[in-house]
Order: sequence, then C-alpha cells, then structure tokens
Amino acid sequence: MGYVPNTDADRAAMLAAIGVKSAAELFEDIPAQLRRPPLSLPKPLSEPEVLRHMCQLAQRNVNVESFPSFLGAGAYYHFVPSVVGHVTSRSEFYTSYTPYQPEVSQGTLQTIYEYQSMVCELTGMDVANASMYDGASALAEAIIMACNITRRDRVVMAPGVHPEYQQVVSTYTPGLDIEIVGGGRLTEPGRPFAGTFDPKEARRLLNDNVACLVVQEPSFFGCLEPVDELSQLAHECGALLVLCCTEPISLGLLRPPGDYGADIVVGEGQSLGNPLSFGGPYLGLFACRERFVRQMPGRIVGAAVDHEGRRGYVLTLQAREQHIRREKASSNICTNEALNALAASVYLASLGKAGLRRVAEQCAQKAHYAAERIAGLPGFHLAFEAPFFDEFAVDCPVDPSIINERLLERGIIGGYPLKNHYASLSNAMLFCVTEANRREDVDALVSALEEIGRGRSV
Amino acid sequence: MPEPLLIELSEPGRTGYGLPELDVPARSLDEMVPPGRQRRELNLPEISQIDLVRHFTRLSQQNFSVDTTFYPLGSCTMKYNPKVNEEAASQPGFRAIHPYQPAETAQGALRLMYELQGYLAEISGLSAVTLQPAAGAHGELTGMLMVRAYHKHRGSQRRVVLVPDSAHGTNPATAAMCGYQVSTLRSNGRGGVDVAELRQLMTEDVAALMLTIPNTLGLFDEHILEVGDIVHARGGLLYCDGANMNALLGQVKFADLGCDVLHFNLHKTFSTPHGGGGPGAGPVGVSKLLVPFLPVPTVGRRADAAEGDGYYLDYDRPLSIGRVRSFYGNFGVMVRAYAYIRTLGAEGLREVSENAVINANYLLARLSSFYEVPYQRRCMHEAVFSAKRQRAHGVRALDVAKRLIDYGYHPPTIYFPLIVDEALMIEPTETESLQTLDAFSQAMIEIAEETKKEPEVVQSAPHHTPVGRLDEVLAARKPNLRWRAPAK
Repeated sequence: MGYVPNTDADRAAMLAAIGVKSAAELFEDIPAQLRRPPLSLPKPLSEPEVLRHMCQLAQRNVNVESFPSFLGAGAYYHFVPSVVGHVTSRSEFYTSYTPYQPEVSQGTLQTIYEYQSMVCELTGMDVANASMYDGASALAEAIIMACNITRRDRVVMAPGVHPEYQQVVSTYTPGLDIEIVGGGRLTEPGRPFAGTFDPKEARRLLNDNVACLVVQEPSFFGCLEPVDELSQLAHECGALLVLCCTEPISLGLLRPPGDYGADIVVGEGQSLGNPLSFGGPYLGLFACRERFVRQMPGRIVGAAVDHEGRRGYVLTLQAREQHIRREKASSNICTNEALNALAASVYLASLGKAGLRRVAEQCAQKAHYAAERIAGLPGFHLAFEAPFFDEFAVDCPVDPSIINERLLERGIIGGYPLKNHYASLSNAMLFCVTEANRREDVDALVSALEEIGRGRSV
Repeated sequence: MPEPLLIELSEPGRTGYGLPELDVPARSLDEMVPPGRQRRELNLPEISQIDLVRHFTRLSQQNFSVDTTFYPLGSCTMKYNPKVNEEAASQPGFRAIHPYQPAETAQGALRLMYELQGYLAEISGLSAVTLQPAAGAHGELTGMLMVRAYHKHRGSQRRVVLVPDSAHGTNPATAAMCGYQVSTLRSNGRGGVDVAELRQLMTEDVAALMLTIPNTLGLFDEHILEVGDIVHARGGLLYCDGANMNALLGQVKFADLGCDVLHFNLHKTFSTPHGGGGPGAGPVGVSKLLVPFLPVPTVGRRADAAEGDGYYLDYDRPLSIGRVRSFYGNFGVMVRAYAYIRTLGAEGLREVSENAVINANYLLARLSSFYEVPYQRRCMHEAVFSAKRQRAHGVRALDVAKRLIDYGYHPPTIYFPLIVDEALMIEPTETESLQTLDAFSQAMIEIAEETKKEPEVVQSAPHHTPVGRLDEVLAARKPNLRWRAPAK
C-alpha cells in the first residue's frame, strides 16, 4: 500500500490542467535512454506484513530490557519515564520541521529555549546551542571552534577521551591543518598508564600554539580526571579547556564543567531520556562561555517580543550560519536533533533537581557495590585506582571476549573489552552499572564471573 | 496567553518521577566521590507530572506540523510520515539494543542495515552506501571528505570545489570545512548550469562540482550528461546533493547521470519524520572509485552464512576516511526508512516521484497567472515562484508566507534559492490530494487579490497566532538564550 491519495481520475484531471497527455511528459528533461530503469527491490508488503517482518527482525536482537546488560562506554541504559515518550510522540512535535516560521513553531522554539537553559544549568555554562548530531561530532566542532577562536592549530587530547570521538576528530580535521597530540597514544604498551591524564604529561604536550586541551570527565575508563590541575595548565598557556561528558547523568552528582573553568563543553545527551537504539539517534550537547557565542556552531534559539510586547522565541544569531555566510559559516550544520533534545528536556524536567541527584546517586552506589564485589573475586581486580562514577575497568583472569561469550550463555550482556581499542589493556573489561540494573542482576553477574574465573584455573 | 517557562512552573519539593528504593548497601558519598568533586547546586525545575504534561501538550499545540496542516516547505519534502514505521521503530528489539553488544545478538539490526545499504545502492545505481551520517549536511561532509581522500590517494592536491549559485548554503560551507576554496558557478537563463562557464572554471585544480539534482529551482538540468563529462574529463568528481530525490525515485539512477558521490536524506525522500529539526539521516552512496574511502564501519555479510545470519561490522577498510559519528548512525531513522521501502517496493517508489511531480506541476499551472514564474519550464517536485508582482503593491514574499498562516497553511520556503527575487518555493509532495492542492491554490489566489485591494491585511499577517511577527533584529542584538533561575 502506498501513501498517495490521488486516484487515476484525479491524476487525469491534473494532467489536463497542466496541459500534458501523460505523466511521462513531465520527465522529458531526463535523457531518454536513462528513463525508468529497472529497479530490483523486494515486492511491496501490506501493513500487517511489514509489521510482522519488522517484528521478526527486532526479535533477532537481544534487548537490554530482557537481558541484564553492563555495557556503557558512551551509550547508557537508564530508565526513561513514560511521560518522555508520550510527549515526543505527539505528532505536532515529530512531524514539524526546523522552526523557520516562528509564529507557527512556538512549541518547538520554546522547548529548545528550555533545553538550552537546562543544558546551561547542568553544565554550569553561560550559553548552549539547540544540540548537535551526537557527542563525537560535537567534540570535532568544538575543536574547530577553539582553533578559530585562538587562531592556533595544535590540540592536546587526554587519553581518556572516547576512542570513537578521537576517530571522528581525526576524520573532521585533515583539511584544516589541525594537529592532534596525546590521546590514545598515551596508553601504548610500555608506558605507565593509571587511567587518568597525568598533569606532567599534559604539561609536556602543552605549548603556546595549543588551541585547546580536551578532557573527558568521567573518562572513557570511568575515572575522574584531575580537571582542576589540567584546567590551570591549559589556561596558563592561553589554551581553552574543552570538557567532554559522555554520561551527563554524572552531573547530578559531580561538579559541573563550568566550575572547572571550562570554555567549551560538549557531550553525548543520550543518557537524558533517550533510548539506546543501537547507537542513534542521539544528541550532541554543546555549551560555551558567553563571549564565544558568536563562534558557536549550530542552531540557537533566543527570546524575542512581538509588536504587542508578547514574549516569543526565534532562531537567532543566524549570521554565523551557512544559509547566510555560505563558505564562511562557523559550520555546515543546518539542523539539530530537536526531538532528542525534547526528550532530554522532558526527562530533566520530569526528574527535577532532586530526581536527577537521586538517579546519579543510585548509579554511583550500584556501580561501587558491583566494583567491590567483582574486585573481591579471585583473579579480578580494579584496573585503576582513581575515583569513578558508574563505570569502572576490571583486570580479568580470562580474555574478556571469552568472558562475554560465557556471560551471554547465562543470559547476561557483559562489559566492554578495552582491548578493542587499547593494546595495553588486553585483559581489561569496562563495566557500567546504572540505576536500571537491579541488585539481583549484579549478583548474578558476580556469580557468573566467579564461575568463569574459576573455570580457567581448573 | 504565553505558555510559562518550565522554570516559572517550578515549585520547591515537586517532582514528576519516582525511583525504587536503593537495593544495595548504601555507602557515604564521600567514600565514592571526593568531597571536592561533588556538586553543590543544581537548578533544575521542580514540577508535578500533570503540570509537565500540560505544559508540553499546550506547547505542541502551538506548532504547525504535517499531521495538522499542509506543509509545502520547499526543498524539505514534508510528506506524510507513516504511523506503521513509528510502531516498527518502537519495538524493544530496535529501541533497547546497545551499539556494543556482540554482533550475534544484533543480527536483526545488522541485517536491516545491510539490506538498507543495498536498497539505496540499487535505487541510485551506485556501488556502495554508508548509513553513518546523521543528516544531509553531515552526508555532504562525509562525501566531500571522501572526494578529498580520493584525490590525495592519487597524489593530487586539488584546491577548488565548484558550487552553483543556486545551491543550498550547506554545499559551500561543507566544501570549506574540508579545506577547499569555493568557486561559484553561475546559472544560465534556463535555470541550469552555464556550460560555457563550467568549461572555463573546470581546471585540473578542481576537485569536484557539487550539484543538486533536480536543482533548487525544481528543474532537471537539460545538459546534465555534458556537465558530468566536462567535470570527469578534467579528473574531477561529480558530487550530487540528493535533497530533491523525491522527484526521481525510480525515474533515473544517479549513477547513470555520472554521479560519483550522492547523499540521501532519509527524512525527506524516505518519509522519516523531521522531528522539529532532527533527527534525520544522510546516507552517502559512492561509485566504484570511492568505495575504499567509505567511513568505518560498514555492514558486511559472510558469503557462507545461513539465511538471516552472518552480518558483521566491517572495520577492515585501510583507506577509509575514518568515522564521522560515534557508533553506526541514526539507526532509529534507518528502521523507519527501511519499513517505508519494504512497504512501497519498486513500483511504489516510482508512484511517489510521479505523483510528487504531478502535484508540483499542478500548482505551477494553477498559480502561474497570479505569481511570476522565473523560468518558463515545467518543474519537477517543487515549483518556484517570485512575489515580484506583489512587491509592486508593497507586499513581499515574507508577507505572502505569513498570510498563508491565516489561511491555515504552513508557509513555503522563502528567499531561497538566492538567485530568484522574492522567491516562494513550494513543494507539495505526493501525499497531498487534489482537494488539498485546490484549497491551497485558492488561498494563494485570494492573497494575490488581497495584495491589490488591501495590502495591509497581508503585510500585518499573521493575525491569529499565539505571537505575531517577532523582533528578530533585537533578539540577535541582545541575545537572551536561556532562563536564569529566579531565587525561590
């Protein structure tokens, strides 16, 4: 079934009004020999057939609502209150587009203004944009922005920045003569690595050509970084501090980036009311100091008044953007992830200040409970000593991939094997425990790990 | 009355959310997080669930949307978003799967991606597709980074990208982000590429021509094959912006037009909702030359696998440009586009483009004696008019757009493309009926009449919206971009 309402009779009347005999005449600008090529696609399905097919595909996937999961590493399973989905499935929100016409888009515009406000509160920053594609592309854009502001071209990357974010940065920057130093290289085998960015190492890499120092907090390894010291070192040589956060639930409990003197803050907003959805759609958080607002990429909504003095909201500071500045724009981005940002807003407002704090505390409590129990098993110990929030790395007595296979046989999705990205951490597994993991799931994980660990020594 | 802000609805002690009791032994916070690292203050609103629901429901009612009104926003393809696709995407097996769970526990998701890559390749005639880009402009960036990698791999340092003056602003902005100088190509009197100028500008320093097909005037370039030949003869590549593909589904394959790189907009052509500005998805298809440079990972399938099995993430691509996004792209959007293609099949997709083009030409025919048409040709999926005639009465394209709101329609795109004075760009899409188009035409005709008789009614529109025209100049000069929490 298609979604075309017009009948043959309607079409005949329209073609007559247009003054052509057939629809084919309307396509005559296409070279004749290339018109209507054969198209090999599966035959069409009716609604019940397509739904059944989609459900069959979905059922081939193990989902974290049925299987306890201890995966984080940049995408987090948190409970999402029902109100979030109910609001985002109002089709006045999801079937509208970028609010170019403010008079008929106040719903979208005001929700974005509210989103920007709450991102500012959460991060402790002055201004925020309407969101970016995801955390990784937000980081790449932040780095380009920092280079434009400082007119410098060297970037110091902490080792604990999400490896995929580092890859995205490397993909975005080659045409722009930006040099990235540090990063994953600081974890290479043979170098002492304690899970955090050693300020001595940072000092070695910083110089007066550095545009920004990029730190992820908590780091990809789950660790809290020495942000105060790193911030001071960056600012001493005139570099900006870019703080990246992939788990913003942590900000319910941890000091906000603005407190550390961050100049630009980026992050992945998925944790805030958005489902895992196999990696997307997510949303990139992006906030900065007020003085940099005109260099910020992305859509921004501001308050305005109409001729009768009524308050309303508009897309603003558009002189930065591609449709006006073309090749001189601050970025090529021309949309945001509005529906995901709406989910984040509803989530944050639904929890409120006490609720977010409680969710964050439960994440920390359960993660520490799990860490203590796992570290107490023979052969398992915490890989790093630094304080953590809801993720921690564990050195295992068995290859982490094998552990995950064994866990899956027991109906558990295990952690993230760090060897996927770090040769020096071949036995380490990154576990994530949130408020959505019940104690009995953690206990089942611990018993399973104990068995698997013991199996090896037999 | 304006809807209060969340923070204005806030009352201390309220919440809309409950958590289970902590089920593990509690330890002191200081034991977990050093006191100096703990947060002292967090000013989020405190709201009951019912107040929250009413707030967002009332706000939603201040939006025009495809589900409430005809939304002929040119170049955005605001077609109907089928509900069954929403239901498909909300299955726990799609919604609640982690990107890092083992491939054998995500075979359904990987199969969907693998097959979607294949469908898009078949529709475009191109060799391979990446699903990773999150939006059209992100697809452009991905495509142009591949162009750059291709030339670099061949040891060539081309510095220029050609962009027609009719192009969307993202094209030049993207080329600049990839480190290219942008050179603007004039359009000819028929709204197409000025072939003579192209011959002049197309040197061995040009990496690519970025071309929107059909172009932003809603026209299919009559010299398209010649344009491609000129670019290729000097070693350049033809980048195609697929924003307007709704005109061409099943009518022609982009590869046959000489296209080397193409981005799709799943949120336009393939009916996924626009979400108030996102999420969309901007997959990119490439010709054989560029396959080695695709971002990692793509989805592959082992040749010996059983039915429905053997799908994996392929990271083994040594010449890849890398990643443009974390994980694999906007998977939830892919699910909807996949369901759409499976519902329509080949004939259904042809029906889409055919009806989209008929609908646009019908509007062109109905309105051409009331609004000036800059190029006297039949159009493809959208019709571009100019409000020049109305301007003589002091009414601008902006005023016509605002007056349409009073008639219950979302305005068309205005002042774009830039090469048309007072442009009104109307894209009806295939999902609108003859009756809707007639009613809309009638409104446009009445506005043209009002322009002559009582222009002030048009100039002061809209008249019945929650707010009138807002002072955007003041908003930009004195930016107010957030609330400041009042001390309560």
